[in-house]
Amino acid sequence: MELPNPDPRPEGEVRELERIWATPRGWRLVTAVNNTIIGLLYLGVAFLFFLMAGVLALIMRTQLAVGDNRLIGQDLYNQMFTVHGTTMMFLFAVPAMEALGVMLLPQMLAARDLPFPRLSAFAIWAYVVGGLVFFSTIFYDLAPKGGWFMYPPLTLTEYSPGDNADFWLLGIGFIEISAIAGAIEIVVGALRTRPPGMSLSKMPIFAWTMLIFASMIMFAFPAVILATMMLEMERAFGWPFFTAALGGDPLLWQHLFWFFGHPEVYIIFLPAAGLVSMIVPTMARTPLVGYRLIVVALIGIGFFSFGLWVHHMFTTGIPALSLAFFSAASMTVAIPSGIQVFAWIATIAAGREGLRMTTASLFVLGFLFIFTLGGLTGVMVAMVPFDYQVHDTYFVVAHFHYVLIGGFVFPLFATFYYWAPLFSRRPLSERLGRWVFWLMFIGFNLAFLPMHLTGLRGMPRRVWTYPGELGWDLLNAVSTAGSFVLGAGVLLFLIDLAANFRIGKGGVENPWGAGTLEWLPNDVYSTRSIPYVTSREPLWDRPSLPQEVQEGHHYLPNAPTGGRETIVTSPIHARPQYVIQMPGPGWPPFLAAIFTAACFLLLTVKLVTIATICGVIAVVFCLVWAWGLDPGPSKGVIQVAKGVRLPTYMSGPTSHSWWAMVVLMFVAGSLYIAYIFSYLFLWVVSPEVWAPAGSPSPPSSRWPLSAGALLLAGSGIVWLVSQKLEKVAASRVLVAAVLLLSLACLVASLALEVEGHLTTGLRPGDNAYGAMVYLGVVLFGQLVLALVVMGPFTIARHVAGKLDAVRRVTFDNYMLLYHYTVAQSLLGLGLIHGFPRLIG
Amino acid sequence: MRCARPFAPLALLTLQDCAGVQSAFDPSGAEAERINVLSWLLILSSVAVLVAVCLITAGALFGSERWRARISGERLVIGGGLVLPILVLSILLSYGFYLMGPGSPAGRADGRLRVEVVGERWWWRVTYVDESGRRVESANEIRLPVGRPVGVELTSADVIHSFWVPRLAGKLDMIPGRTNSLTLQATKAGISRGQCAEYCGGAHAFMSFYVIAMPEDQFAAWLEQEAGDAQIPTGADETAGQTLFLSSGCIACHSVRGTEARGTIGPDLTHVGSRHSLAAATLENDVSAFARWIRDGEHVKPENLMPPYDIFTEAELAQLSSYLDQLR
Repeated sequence: MELPNPDPRPEGEVRELERIWATPRGWRLVTAVNNTIIGLLYLGVAFLFFLMAGVLALIMRTQLAVGDNRLIGQDLYNQMFTVHGTTMMFLFAVPAMEALGVMLLPQMLAARDLPFPRLSAFAIWAYVVGGLVFFSTIFYDLAPKGGWFMYPPLTLTEYSPGDNADFWLLGIGFIEISAIAGAIEIVVGALRTRPPGMSLSKMPIFAWTMLIFASMIMFAFPAVILATMMLEMERAFGWPFFTAALGGDPLLWQHLFWFFGHPEVYIIFLPAAGLVSMIVPTMARTPLVGYRLIVVALIGIGFFSFGLWVHHMFTTGIPALSLAFFSAASMTVAIPSGIQVFAWIATIAAGREGLRMTTASLFVLGFLFIFTLGGLTGVMVAMVPFDYQVHDTYFVVAHFHYVLIGGFVFPLFATFYYWAPLFSRRPLSERLGRWVFWLMFIGFNLAFLPMHLTGLRGMPRRVWTYPGELGWDLLNAVSTAGSFVLGAGVLLFLIDLAANFRIGKGGVENPWGAGTLEWLPNDVYSTRSIPYVTSREPLWDRPSLPQEVQEGHHYLPNAPTGGRETIVTSPIHARPQYVIQMPGPGWPPFLAAIFTAACFLLLTVKLVTIATICGVIAVVFCLVWAWGLDPGPSKGVIQVAKGVRLPTYMSGPTSHSWWAMVVLMFVAGSLYIAYIFSYLFLWVVSPEVWAPAGSPSPPSSRWPLSAGALLLAGSGIVWLVSQKLEKVAASRVLVAAVLLLSLACLVASLALEVEGHLTTGLRPGDNAYGAMVYLGVVLFGQLVLALVVMGPFTIARHVAGKLDAVRRVTFDNYMLLYHYTVAQSLLGLGLIHGFPRLIG
Repeated sequence: MRCARPFAPLALLTLQDCAGVQSAFDPSGAEAERINVLSWLLILSSVAVLVAVCLITAGALFGSERWRARISGERLVIGGGLVLPILVLSILLSYGFYLMGPGSPAGRADGRLRVEVVGERWWWRVTYVDESGRRVESANEIRLPVGRPVGVELTSADVIHSFWVPRLAGKLDMIPGRTNSLTLQATKAGISRGQCAEYCGGAHAFMSFYVIAMPEDQFAAWLEQEAGDAQIPTGADETAGQTLFLSSGCIACHSVRGTEARGTIGPDLTHVGSRHSLAAATLENDVSAFARWIRDGEHVKPENLMPPYDIFTEAELAQLSSYLDQLR
């Protein structure tokens, strides 16, 4: 192979890279956006939540050690298990995986950074502040106590007065948003910032799992976002989505929650499996057996996981036919999981010299055992009659801890020991690591294996105490002892961390002799040059690669634009397309995150005015931040390798910005599909409250027709501007006029829709139908609001001379969201005005 | 207590004696017996698969060169990850469908007796409806005739609860706005314990009840007795207790048939003295328990919705308790 940059590089390029990518020092560290810095912060905070929620677990286990124990009170216990579950799922598991994506994905792809560094920083800071405040509610008796699943009606104001439940809803709603921001980043990162030559079929399995992980977040999280919106609206304004007496249905929450909640489990497990698929080949010194089968299996899990949610609802009394369908679907997941398990075993067997028994290997083997057992109990609970007995008992508690601790925490600890040398000057101690493993492994099994029996012997979940005479004492005492052994293992890990983890470079390069790109020599700027990749394990197949990369013989060995940049490649074949100029450190994402968090949290305690002010400030900082983006083509075309010249600016469907907008539209689309599902679901449950029989008929067709015509007109205007941007952009007034006109169309259409429903006398609090109609308006309105912010921003860019026919990314984003809004709202008008006429 | 018969030797696995009034391993109902067989089938096949996976992994780690070469290809992945699960799962699924499908052996209630159970925070409202449509109100305890499949209709008055008597059958949720139906068929006389299995806030841990299966003739006699009015107190203490009961506000929530107590918010107390437990299986039922509950209910069962009554003197409390205790 001929090297992309065969000639010796001039002096000073590395120093230039170091200067450009330097990490801000002192208190300015919070303005850092580089993936290795904020990724570490992300992971560290996620791990802190793991520790804190783990301490809650130990307190709960102490309470349950013997029957009739009254060590901690009922109310505190109920808060504790709610916070434990919520924290582990929302504040630890998903963020820890996103953190690993942020930290490791660019390294594995030898990208200089993720495509939207400031978005990552924003998502992380919002999570840090929001998460810490949420968790702290346990200390002042304000924590939610409805369980991590927050089933209404228990969580409605009538049965849960006080702000506790609101902390869950707003805290989580906002962590969901930060998860989605991270997901957008990861999807675009995995598809567009791979090194030249790394086609999809050469992509490391971890990158595959992150891609599927992020796609699943895109489709799963909107369901729970909608559900949390509905529950908060019912709590705050009395819109009866879940109140049976007014045509709502508590089961709607369960459907939406588990439509998210089940994929959530795989969202957590898939990347962990990806980590294992990276560690096993290295430790066995042989390529992964069945790479293609695994990729198919991963995609299969991603798809299947959306068709299983009802298996969390087997005991709600749904018809036998759906039980049978969901039972069968649940079992099919055993197949792709089995494929992965046997692929790892086959890889272990394939290694000529046998598996190296490092701490990471031990954790992987422990994972194999625990996860297999958890998978088998998963098949058991998928059997409906068996589930009738064990659902909501300690058997299920045992099952999902096997799946989650086995399927996620053990691979995470393997990850700590395996990848620590990338971020630390010293590796973690292999000697302590063995102790950590055995304590955790023995402690875990001692704690959770007996719970299978505790459950079958009749102990339900979420009870803070139990009578001593029911035969559960011994089993519970063993579980409690085991949990403390597990805790001791984690404590020992902390000691190892304190003794050996020192952030910085300078450790052994590639200590395990791995084959993937993250083990190339690297620094703050990632690798000196971005390698041309020809195989799945480039470091094994081309031993000279580290030296070549280090000497700058591959792509982009310098910083030709004088700023942060990385190569964008085509999504499938990874052909170089352009160089993306990326923003560096800055205050706006940090401050925007702080004020977003403040806005949500102040809303929770009903300080609406201050919350609104914070919200506005957050938007302002977002705009300040966005103002610095869209650099335009001023840097021209640059040379990234011999004979390879790439543009430094791109708009339209090839640009990363366009891709991110499309991903965002998928998210909004999923949210809207969840809304349509909810509308039809409630109609099926309570046709008696639906218009025209049970509620005022929708307004005459003049209303929706005019609203629809306005939408189409607006879309037409935006389309025309897009086509003729060259001519339109010549006039300052014209751009402002047409964009404002398009906004006027939207706002007028929204106003017509609201006014139309108001004239019929329908109110959202009347019944489930009214609530659904006005929720449709809210979903329409929130998009309009976004465009009302983006429109003037676009005009301002034009006035400032930062927008023209070439430099048009800002306009394109406005246009894409505009067309999406029109499409969604037309569908909405059809549903809300058409459906009652159809059934009437 | 006896162990699950078909697999008694495996009782070792379940540590102590495998019994318990709330254990799914010790079924005394038709549905629970069927599920118990399925449970053991699932447990055994899972253990077998787990052992097999461990052995293969051990082979991959420590096996001879030849062994390892044999399991190092995609053949193992396809065999173990595709063929094996499809085979095993198809068999299990067919059996599961057989157990719950339309041709399921699950008994159908014969309609001679229906029990309506309403979940309340944190107790159970129980109404027996016999063939003639007569409704007999009771609470926190269910009695069943042995051998007869009885239809149980479940709903909730407030939040979601779940009705679960492990020795008789699997659980079924109680959801406001919906009615779910379950068939219970006790196969032998005796006591089982049930508990709410869906977290319902506050005192969820103290929402239990007993189910007492009795021979058919005894049950018929009991139901007649239960349908009747409350016993009229005879002793001096008991009579004084009744006066206190009727004059202290208790009747705003509680009913005692045959008196002017017709409250419907709390449990019916007509025959409360004959029940196995108090406060939804939180306390054993005796005179002192009544006193303790009335005085100290918030400690016995935190957050329970009966207001605390500390207005009574010790003597009055004793009178009230003996009145309630004789309501048999």
